[in-house]
Amino acid sequence: MTAISMSSPRAIAWPAILKEAAMTAFVALLLTIPLVGLRTVDRPTGLGLETRWNEVAAAVGLVFLGRLGLCLIREGHAVTVLVLAAAATAAGFFIAMPTEALRVILIAGGAVIAIRAILAIRTGRSKLSQAERDKRMDHIAAQVQHASRWLGPIAVVVALAFPFTPLADRQLLDIGILLLTYVMLGWGLNIVVGLAGLLDLGYVAFYAVGAYSYALLAHYFGFSFWVCLPLAGFLAAMSGVLLGFPVLRLRGDYFAIVTLGFGEIIRIILINWYQFTGGPNGISGIPRPSFFGLADFTRTPAEGTAAFHEMFGLEFSPLHRIIFLYYLILALALVVNLFTMRVRKLPLGRAWEALREDDIACASLGINRTNMKLAAFAIAAMFGGFAGSFFATRQGFISPESFTFIESAIILAIVVLGGMGSQIGVVVAAFLVIGLPEAFRELADYRMLAFGMGMVLIMLWRPRGLLAHRDPTILLHGRPKGGSGGPAAGTAAAGGQGIAGGSAK
Amino acid sequence: MEYFLQQLINGLSLGAIYGLIAIGYTMVYGIIGMINFAHGEIYMIGAFVALITFLAIGSLGITWVPLALLVMLVASMLFTAVYGWTVERIAYRPLRSSPRLAPLISAIGMSIFLQNYVQILQGARSKPLQPILPGNLTLMDGAVSVSYVRLATIIITIALMYGFTQLITRTSLGRAQRACEQDKKMASLLGVNVDRVISLTFVMGAALAAVAGMMVLLIYGVIDFYIGFLAGVKAFTAAVLGGIGSLPGAMLGGVVIGLIEAFWSGYMGSEWKDVATFTILVLVLIFRPTGLLGRPEIEKV
Repeated sequence: MTAISMSSPRAIAWPAILKEAAMTAFVALLLTIPLVGLRTVDRPTGLGLETRWNEVAAAVGLVFLGRLGLCLIREGHAVTVLVLAAAATAAGFFIAMPTEALRVILIAGGAVIAIRAILAIRTGRSKLSQAERDKRMDHIAAQVQHASRWLGPIAVVVALAFPFTPLADRQLLDIGILLLTYVMLGWGLNIVVGLAGLLDLGYVAFYAVGAYSYALLAHYFGFSFWVCLPLAGFLAAMSGVLLGFPVLRLRGDYFAIVTLGFGEIIRIILINWYQFTGGPNGISGIPRPSFFGLADFTRTPAEGTAAFHEMFGLEFSPLHRIIFLYYLILALALVVNLFTMRVRKLPLGRAWEALREDDIACASLGINRTNMKLAAFAIAAMFGGFAGSFFATRQGFISPESFTFIESAIILAIVVLGGMGSQIGVVVAAFLVIGLPEAFRELADYRMLAFGMGMVLIMLWRPRGLLAHRDPTILLHGRPKGGSGGPAAGTAAAGGQGIAGGSAK
Repeated sequence: MEYFLQQLINGLSLGAIYGLIAIGYTMVYGIIGMINFAHGEIYMIGAFVALITFLAIGSLGITWVPLALLVMLVASMLFTAVYGWTVERIAYRPLRSSPRLAPLISAIGMSIFLQNYVQILQGARSKPLQPILPGNLTLMDGAVSVSYVRLATIIITIALMYGFTQLITRTSLGRAQRACEQDKKMASLLGVNVDRVISLTFVMGAALAAVAGMMVLLIYGVIDFYIGFLAGVKAFTAAVLGGIGSLPGAMLGGVVIGLIEAFWSGYMGSEWKDVATFTILVLVLIFRPTGLLGRPEIEKV
């Protein structure tokens, strides 16, 4: 201890630092005593308690050391802390902690503190200010936005070619389908949240309407997928209008909570109206899609229908159907994307962007707010309905379980984490939110825990979303000439300021 | 008539619980203008802390019920308040000047985190508890029976409300809090530590939610890690119904929601009671967006 303080540039105020670290540790102690230290366990005689004081001690110790490290970085001892944090991270791999979670906390915490220390050494300060961080990320976002001109087509080509690469096995294709479903939902919700600036917490309701429309139409009338797809979209859009009509006058947060309520109402109706919807048991045996009504994907199709593999002279493979589903959702998602890109340049899309920035100014310029918002709501709902009926046909089984609030939260998280209004951002965020947890399936228990924490951390790190970039799509006098990244980043930052100011009122 | 009275009492005790949670929403909304989505989870944690405290003092051999209840109340308020404080400190304070959506997303993330945190630590199965306060008070020759627990819930809530109103209207802390609600910048210029006031708002909200959690544990005798979501949404409905930002409004809204739910389940069956609640929410927002006791808000460009 004395050695460190001798080599320090200025004397460390040990009492103050220790006090701060101890306070943090004390809070950690209070947090962990009841829920971590004492566990309820089922015993034959009723509920019992189990104590885990070693975990409490480990957690409190780690918090104490972590806080101490952060304080020392602030005081200008980044090098020492860097060495210690790196050592702690390494130790995490070898030292046995009471639980796996604590070990992860040790490794991750050590790594974070080490990164902080490196930053401190490089910039001479312990922390980048929010504005600086925003500026840097805005720069990256603007560059990505600029690059999306060629990045987008490349991504589409990669997605198109993916099923024919040797990588594509059943599992990866399934993950690809899942990812694309969420990308499509994200793009759909982006119309409401990113373009029109309405916070919709019940988007999953339209997803459910679409899924149940197809399932029920197929179940009761025997309609095929290709007839039901537009019908499901239409019904979902109608339910969007039905919900939107009364509630679109509401202000931001109220609107959010009403949409959440609507999502729950739909789910409760699906559960309780069991004569019609099958209740909590859901609907099973939903027919699979055919090849545009021309051929089936089974080995031995029913009388009078052709088989896909015979039609094209291929060997039968169960993968054909999966690959077809993959292309189907890819096409659906691209339709949503294309629609959004185009509509942004039309009066409708421009009105949405204007509404997002300032509601009242729009009204005074003669834009019919309700109709514009209703259009956004209905169109987004329609795309949700398409995605829903795709979901139903892929799963072959749906139940109200699939349409809980957490789904809405995940879709909203994709939109907001990606940066509202950014199409590329949605793809990046979908990979983060859906792809990463899929890759770590074996950590099933901790998946949602990490998901929640990740949402908080990304928001703390970049409150406006990873690739937030809110230039208006069309400007009155064209774009200012000049360097590619610089001015765009400038306007993005300025736009951000305006939004922050606008939404604060 | 007896059945009506019975439902009335059930509704009042349920409403007291919603009201206690709703106060946390309404205070936070009043002061920083955000929906604290994790508040339902705070209430769930309060219920769990109460359960754990009860089991702990049971294993220490304390069997005198009033003492046990008091310890449960204090412990769950204390520990849950620390959770409320920490959530604000970690997830909301750094986002104070961010776009409006950021704290909401952060809150949703926190809510998912806390739910899974409790699920992993305490298990996903629902936790049953034998009645701590058995027995009924019978009125009208046994036609109406009020369990002591429900009676205690109503009494404790009224007492807490009285104390809380005194805190807000009479003390310097309450004055500071009301000042921050009106104008944070001005309040800080006049020497009010705004950060501290906001922290304390979260602490108070969490403590009240913890009481609600303990009441639910006592009345229904079974909790699980998922109870926070629905209760949170309903309490928020109560806060909006009463006029968000208004403390008496939150309590009134809670009681109205509780009564609607009790009567709806009493006369129409419990399947659709949640739909009834949400429908009320939508209707109130359409016809009286400021709620029953709220002030109209002036929109400015």
